[in-house]
This record gives sequence, structure tokens and C-alpha cells, in this order.
Amino acid sequence: MLNIGNLNEVKNKTVRTNSYKIDLKNFQTIFILLGMIVLLSILTPAFLQVRNLMNVVRQVSLTAIIGMGVTMCIITTGIDLSSGSVVALVGVVAASFASDQYPLIVSIIIGLAVGALAGFINGSISALGGIPPFIATLGMMLAARGVALILSDGKPVTNISSSFEFIGGGYILRVPVPIYIMLLCAVISHILLKHTRYGKYVYAIGGNQQAAIVSGINVKKYLIMVYTFAGIMSAVSGIVLASRLSAGQPTAGVNYEMDAIASSVIGGTSLAGGIGTIPGTIIGALIIGVLNNGLVLLNVSPYVQQVLKGVIIVVAVLIDKRKKR
Amino acid sequence: MIKISKEFPGVRALNNVDFRVRKGTIHALMGENGAGKSTLMKILIGLYKADSGEIKFNGELVKFQSIQDALNAGISMIHQELSPVPYMTVAENIFLGREPRHKNSFWVNDREMERKTVELLKQLEISIDPREKMLNLSTAYMQMVEIAKAISYDSKLIIMDEPTSAITEKEVEHLFRIIKWLKSKGVAIIYISHKMDEIFKIADEITVLRDGELVDTVLSSQTSREKLIEMMVGRELKHLFPKEEAQIGDVILEIKNFSRGKKFKNVNIKVRKGEILGVAGLMGAGRTEVMESLFGIVPPDTGEVYINGKKVNIRSPQDAVKHKIGFLTEDRKFSGLYLPLSVKDNMSIVNINNYIKTGLINHKALEDDCNKLVEMLNIKTPGLDQIVNNLSGGNQQKVLIARWLLINADILILDEPTRGIDVGAKAEIHRLMSNLAKQGKAIIMISSELPEILGMSDRIVVMHEGRLTGELSRAEASQENIMKYATGMVS
Repeated sequence: MLNIGNLNEVKNKTVRTNSYKIDLKNFQTIFILLGMIVLLSILTPAFLQVRNLMNVVRQVSLTAIIGMGVTMCIITTGIDLSSGSVVALVGVVAASFASDQYPLIVSIIIGLAVGALAGFINGSISALGGIPPFIATLGMMLAARGVALILSDGKPVTNISSSFEFIGGGYILRVPVPIYIMLLCAVISHILLKHTRYGKYVYAIGGNQQAAIVSGINVKKYLIMVYTFAGIMSAVSGIVLASRLSAGQPTAGVNYEMDAIASSVIGGTSLAGGIGTIPGTIIGALIIGVLNNGLVLLNVSPYVQQVLKGVIIVVAVLIDKRKKR
Repeated sequence: MIKISKEFPGVRALNNVDFRVRKGTIHALMGENGAGKSTLMKILIGLYKADSGEIKFNGELVKFQSIQDALNAGISMIHQELSPVPYMTVAENIFLGREPRHKNSFWVNDREMERKTVELLKQLEISIDPREKMLNLSTAYMQMVEIAKAISYDSKLIIMDEPTSAITEKEVEHLFRIIKWLKSKGVAIIYISHKMDEIFKIADEITVLRDGELVDTVLSSQTSREKLIEMMVGRELKHLFPKEEAQIGDVILEIKNFSRGKKFKNVNIKVRKGEILGVAGLMGAGRTEVMESLFGIVPPDTGEVYINGKKVNIRSPQDAVKHKIGFLTEDRKFSGLYLPLSVKDNMSIVNINNYIKTGLINHKALEDDCNKLVEMLNIKTPGLDQIVNNLSGGNQQKVLIARWLLINADILILDEPTRGIDVGAKAEIHRLMSNLAKQGKAIIMISSELPEILGMSDRIVVMHEGRLTGELSRAEASQENIMKYATGMVS
């Protein structure tokens, strides 16, 4: 028979937990980033200047924030192609409410709500309608851009208050505000993914959707939440961008989704689902940002830049994949 | 469960089935594949909805809308297809869907989850680290985790769908101890299995389903193997292994000194025309690996292949096909069929080049040949354009055999040709094998079912840990001496 009465022994044993220890194996891409930084520091003295570095991170923050939401989509084996268009749409809408007429919070809340709605539609169409996220978000990519153009009549929405401009252009303790926003988003996203049921289910759905279903998880509900969150992240980025440009540009944010997806994948997120982290995504975004910056500083022709960027992104993922094997 | 009926498009899966399980008993549910066992259970746990009928649990009428409802009511299930989330830990897998949280917050309490897992595993005497990722576990351990998970719901009824399909004998005994312990606590178990030994060892009652209908519920002490088989099949099983004598000719294929890494070493095998060669051995003995090397999927490190006495060089499946070797893989859905494609496409995929005239496919000639094969193999399909996914397992297997007949393969390697198909279809595949042998084809059959090996083979070779340990003629072979070779007791 089973030895059932022996539980006291177990209770005395404490289970160690290592959830705070960062496992370096999962962040090998950080060495790629460090390598690039060292190389650029040697090649061009302009790179290591604080001003330049701040600039890089500020630029990166836009796609890194989107990337956090996209990472969750990809972990569930999905994708979000609508981010760039949602950035533009939210920018236009938020800018429309950003004059001195309204308190700052109004424009932010309306902007976030528009992003959440776009994401909610993405999630509902794919989860409830059974349409692949690739298609659902492709539809949103076109539609959201169209709505942005309609609302703004194709022209930038200006007349915004200085307090709104502070979000993307201001500094606190000499550090650009977008960097704080990125860090805040990162902390929230990371906690959501690692320490809440929501996060566990995101990984479970991506790792084995069938297992999630038979474990009694409402998979559709959580998928809708994932896309809604991704929409909100795009909205954050959209507000920051509009503020930085001092205008809601209906043509802004083009190809942002591609940089966000690339950040996520370079950062170790698997398109096959079930794997991915927020710190990884940020490192991925930094790799792309540093690369962009370095190529500019080195006076590489913009045409060649594109080619190099494409090659380096693929190589980074290739190296990561090899190491994992 | 009373008068349960369920229809799927085109199929009547269950017809007025009554099924009841008593508290604190172990109730075996048996039937051929497609008899409706899994459907019945999926209705019970709220995964499917019945078209008609009702379910009473503990005397109360219940209507489960979702798995969550069934779990809350105290019914859990170990699913036949393992359902781990590979990149999550053992603890996360076990508590998936009901992670403990810190008081009044959304923050998952990993520490508590791991502590509970340790406690649970300890209680079940399973030694696995709760923080190990599922993908690092062996299949057997994954299965044990699934079992632990089902038990951890503290259910009053646990459904086990073929829980022993992936575990070794030692773990089976362990599982049986757990089952008996659960029974002593008053838990009811529904145990689905094809393995007679297990059923008789553990079940109190047995219910048999056939073609979506209830055949009978009997006490296991008052029945026998033969009776059960008869109930399941609805006919006597005289023709289970219709092996017919075939003219055995010259050696058509010989492999010499085949070795590949740690998988197998110095394997020598000969097959003659018209011969069915059985390859026996335990899981992981290297049988499939040898055949994969023969077929060029993973070429061997060393070794030679002779066909009709001539040395040939096979480095890829294309080479093997050129030499008229056909390979029916072990897992037809994974590496054999194109499930969303038609019967015709599945048959012709290897040989499409022979039906191309001036760059285009000659559909007429192709369809004529396919139709001949459908008739010859007695494939039950409404037409060549039927999607293969909609065929039964036995017919899918025939489509795959037809694929190799279309290239006129002389040597057929069949890896577990009847796994997962029901008894009736099995007999048909066996008849087909006999016929093919009669036509002078050489057949190499890997099988883990000893009765099949004994029933169908002219000659049997046995493998153990990558080596050929024995060779037996049809007359010499018996379950006992095959097992001796297969376990390495003699070599």
C-alpha cells in the first residue's frame, strides 16, 4: 500500500524558489548586445556619449513597448500586425483631445481606450470567430490606418498642450520621460507574465492549447485579453509618439509592428509558441536600436543599412537558436 | 449516464447508451476504436454536449457546460493524448487552471504551488522535481504527472483513458497501487484500456461498447477474455491472422553490418521474395531506427545494402524509392499522411512524376490506377477526392499502403501497420499483407504486438538494445522465446 501517513516529513522541507534568479541561458542575446556596444565604442567615439545613449533608448522605447504586447501574442502562437496602424490611430485620437481645453488625463484615457478597443476586436475576431490572428490583425492594420486618415482628413492633428508634449519630449532627472514609461510598462508586463494566472495561461495556451482547454481554462477569454493588452501597449506607444512629434500623424508608425516582432523574436520568443520573456524583448529592441544608431554614426548609406539590418536580425536569431540546441 | 446519444456530421457516435459506475469501484470501459468510449467520456466531462440523454452524478441531475464545471463537481480525466505544456514546470502543469494565489491578490504563489506539488508527489511516491520542465521528462514520467494532476483535483470520479500506453510495467504496478488506494478512499475510477491483463487485474466491472451502442455491463469475475473479445467485435475472431502460404523465393534484400551511433550495431537482415519478416523487440530496441537507415532517412554510419544480390547505395529516401522500397512509418498522422489532402493526392505523392505528360499531370491515367488500388485494397471511401482525414484509421493505413503499391514497391517496410486501428480493420490489413506476399513482395513488419508477429511472420528476427539477438522460424517461435531474446536474456 501507499505510504500515506508520512506527510509531516514533507512539510518540514522547504522548497527553494529561484523565480527571482535570472537564468542567463535565456538571455544569451544580451551578449550580442554587449558585443555590439563594445564594437561601436571602439569604432566611433560619438556612440558612448550619454546624450547619444539616451537618444537610442528613447527611440527604442516606442517599439519596445509595442513589443511587450506583441510578445504575449506570439507566446500564444499568435501575432499582431496592427500595432503600427494602432499607433497612428491612437496618436490622431489622443492629439484631438490634447489641447488646453481638456485635462491631460482625458486624452491619455481616450487614447488607451481606443487601443484597447482595437485589440479587443483583434482578439474577439480571432478567438471567437476562429480566424487566424495573422488575418484578423492584418485586417485591423488596414482598417485602423484608414480610420486614422478619415478622422484627421489625412492631415496631422496639431494644437496640443505643452503638458501633453511632456510625455514624449520631457525629462525627469535628465532622463527622457519615454524611458520611464518603457520601464513601467516592462515591470507591469513582466509581473503579468510571470506572477499572475493570466501569465501562466498565456504560456499554457501557447505551449499546448489542448492542455489548457482540458485544464478548464477559458482559452478564448484569455486570448482576447492578450490582444487587448497588446492594443493598450500600442496605444501607449502611440501617445508617446504623438507627444514627441507634437502632432497626431495619421501616417506615423509605419512598420513599427515589424520592429516589435523582430525585437520579440531576437529576444528569444518562439513563433511556435510557449516561450518568450519581457526582458528578452527589451534586449531585442535595444539590439535593433543600437544597430540603427551605429550604422548612422558610421555614415553607412541608408540603402546598405537596410541590408545590414536584415542580415543582422536573422543572424542574431540563428545564433540564439544554435545555442539553445 | 442515461440514454446518451450524440451525432457528429455523418456519424452516429453514440446511440441511447446507458452507463453507470458505482462509488468506490473500478469500472473498465472497453470497445474497439470508434466504439464511442472517448466520446462518451468527453460528454461526461463537459467537453462535448450530448444530443439527448441525461447525466446523474451522486444521484443529482447535472448539466456540465464546460470542463471547469465537471472538475468542480468532482470529475477529472487523464487524457489519452498526453497534454503537458512542455516549457512549464511540473508544478505549473499540475496546478494549471487553479494556481494558488497570495491572499487577496492576483499574484500567483509559486512557493505554495511547489510545496503542494511536493506533497502530492510524495503522497503518490513519485520522485520528480516539481521545478523540472515537462519537456525534460521521459514519456513515462509525463504520464505519471498527468496521473498526479488528475488525482490532485480530489475528484470523486477519475476517468483514465489508456493511462498505461506510455509507461513501463513497473510504473503500471505503481499506478495500480495508486488506483487501489483511491478505491479504498471511495473514489470511483473509469478505466479505459485495450489490455486484457490489466482489465482483469484491476477492474470490478466491465462495460463494453460497440459501434456507439452499449453491449453489456458485466462483473469482471464472471467473464473471460474470449467473451469480452466477442462482445467487442460482435463476431468470433477466427480470421484474426489470415496468414496464407506464399511462395518464398530468392533473397531480394540483404543488409550487412548496419551500425549507427548508439542506436544499433552490426545488424544483418535478409528478406526473401514472398516472405513476411517480423521484427520483434521492446520499444527503443532500435527496430525503427534500422529501417529508417535502410530507407535512407538517416543513413547508417557503416553497413551495406544488397538488392537482388547487387550492392546499392541508399543515402536518402529518394534513393530508396528508386530501388522500389516502400516505408509505412510508425506514426501515420505525423509522418505519413497529408491529412487535409484527398485520397488521390495521398496515394500519388511519391509517384506523381510517372503521370506527368509534357509538364502537366495526366489525371485520367492517375485516377484509373488509383481506382484500381482502391478496389484491390478494399478502401472504403466515397471517392478519390475524399479528404483523408475523414477516413477511419484502417482505411488511412490502406491509402498509405496503396501509395507504395503505386510505385510498384518490391520491398515493403511496415512499421506497426495495425497500431491504433480496430480489430476488424486489422484483420483486413493482415489479409492484404498475405496477398501482397503471395504476389512476391517482400514484407518487413515491425510490430510490438506479439500475437501479430507470431500470426503473420514467416520468419522473425528479434532486437534488443540495438543488436539483433535472435532469429526464429515460424515453427520455432513462441511468445516465450521471443520475449527471452527481446529482453536480452539469451543472445
